[in-house]
Amino acid sequence: MSDNLVLEAKSVSKFFGTITALQNVDLHLNKGEVLGVVGDNGAGKSTLMKVLSGLYKPSEGSLFFDKEKVTLNSPRDSQNLGLEMVYQDLALAGNLPIGDNIFLGREPTRKVGPFNFLDHKKRKQLTEEHLAKLKINVKSADQKVEELSGGQRQAVAIARATAFNAKIVLMDEPTAALAVKEVGKVLDLILNLKKLGVSVIVISHRMDDIFTVCDRVMALFQGTNFAESELKNTSRDEVIGWIMGKKD
Amino acid sequence: MDHGEKRLMDKNQESLFVRLIPFFERYGILLLILIMIAVLHLLQPDVFLSWRNVTNIFKQVSWQSMLALGVFMVIVTAGIDLSVGSIIMLSLMGLAIASKAGMPWYVVMLVAPAIGFLCGMFNGIGITLLRMPHPFIMTLGTLYIFRGIGNLISGGVPITGFAEQIRVIGNGKIKLDVIFGEGAREYIPTSLILMIVIFFIFWIFLNHTRIGKWIYAIGGNPGAARAAGINVDRILIVVYTLCGFLAGIGGLILAGRTNSAYPNAGLQSELDAIAAVIIGGASFFGGRGTVLGVFAGVMIMGILRNGLNLMNVSVFWQQVLIGSIIILAVYIDVLRRQLATRT
Repeated sequence: MSDNLVLEAKSVSKFFGTITALQNVDLHLNKGEVLGVVGDNGAGKSTLMKVLSGLYKPSEGSLFFDKEKVTLNSPRDSQNLGLEMVYQDLALAGNLPIGDNIFLGREPTRKVGPFNFLDHKKRKQLTEEHLAKLKINVKSADQKVEELSGGQRQAVAIARATAFNAKIVLMDEPTAALAVKEVGKVLDLILNLKKLGVSVIVISHRMDDIFTVCDRVMALFQGTNFAESELKNTSRDEVIGWIMGKKD
Repeated sequence: MDHGEKRLMDKNQESLFVRLIPFFERYGILLLILIMIAVLHLLQPDVFLSWRNVTNIFKQVSWQSMLALGVFMVIVTAGIDLSVGSIIMLSLMGLAIASKAGMPWYVVMLVAPAIGFLCGMFNGIGITLLRMPHPFIMTLGTLYIFRGIGNLISGGVPITGFAEQIRVIGNGKIKLDVIFGEGAREYIPTSLILMIVIFFIFWIFLNHTRIGKWIYAIGGNPGAARAAGINVDRILIVVYTLCGFLAGIGGLILAGRTNSAYPNAGLQSELDAIAAVIIGGASFFGGRGTVLGVFAGVMIMGILRNGLNLMNVSVFWQQVLIGSIIILAVYIDVLRRQLATRT
């Protein structure tokens, strides 16, 4: 295994009552690598992502960040280690403006006497800078998220994930709900992150996504590791076969 | 005028209209209050705007506004607190018993907010740790429990007579001799000052602190708040505790105002509080509403009751009218939202 390892999961299992969502799953991710995770519905992809981000605690197995064993008690723990997740359901609060969503839970503050107050000016400025960096076009940073299109919401979710110089970004179906024109922008954004040395894990059903951005692809089947390959050593048909549980 | 020019003008007119929408969203309710004041002043020119009547309105709403403010925060998280009317009664009874037991006034003064605080915390812990399916159920339960305890500790009879320092809070007068000359009858009620200070503190809390922002975020999408690493359960406990605490302060004000603790104190006032919050423009589904709106909602209820009393309208008609205003206010809000989200 290479020296660039940033994230590793060893023999992770996750049970929900009598249901086994994951069984002894291994995963590793290198610096600046884009890993595609594929699998049928219920294969355990989303559960695995939630374990990696600390939203679920693994029933068994261990996680390593930068080769150090860690226990994650909440998504904040993984955030502190430089891992950010873009959720499939986007995890945005529609009633709040774009800037509030990007900085939710990590709002810039200023001290007045013994109290910490929100720094509205700074948040607005940081939001505008960050959106400009990612070339995301919205009317205003103060626009409420519920007023945005699906593509714009996805962009805000990714902006949120990358606002704090994340080392690892997890994306669950980042292009599923998008118009064709917006898919390209998101894929460009992923390649951009890779160039900056960020490691990305992408869950996707779309072979176009996988074969455009990924370096490596791994398949889960019924909660277990099924197959894995460098992208250059496989083909679309083979990967589609893996999703359906077929291997030569 | 050619076609293009005409279209340009339409566009300008529309943009003016669209620009006015946020203005009405923010200040429409204050406009409503001004209209009510104007109408009542025309109907009762000698009485309604008299110093005595206006201070009377403020004294009346001061304790109710504490309940509304607390319930508002709960409703922003998409929750509900039905127990505030019972909390006000229990804290009032606790205060009365402490007073009767001969405790010094500064201890007695702390008893009501402290009881409210504990009751609210009990609600919050029940809702989060016992995983109640909805806050409605937990607080419906404590609506009965708190009032029952209040009657148990007091024996179900009124207790009257409190220290002067307690009465000042609900009934005190800040004389305005300086402005109106020696011996003038004009004054500002202490409870009005207290109400303004508390509303201002909670306005700061909700709009300028991180926890305030998180309260709105939880109401908008609890999943998003959780994913952002916010401890949603802890924030909910804070919100219900503060709601109870405010009800306790309401109890303290009511103690001062009536100089007595009585078994029916605060009966159904939780419904008045919810009504004021809804009239003030907060969404029952959470995440939406302002402190200024709550204040306006409380004032509308207070002015309406006062005005109808002045005109000798029967209490029964008052009930019908208040009910109608709740429905009308929410319907106006529905229309307003349709306009605002129109693209």
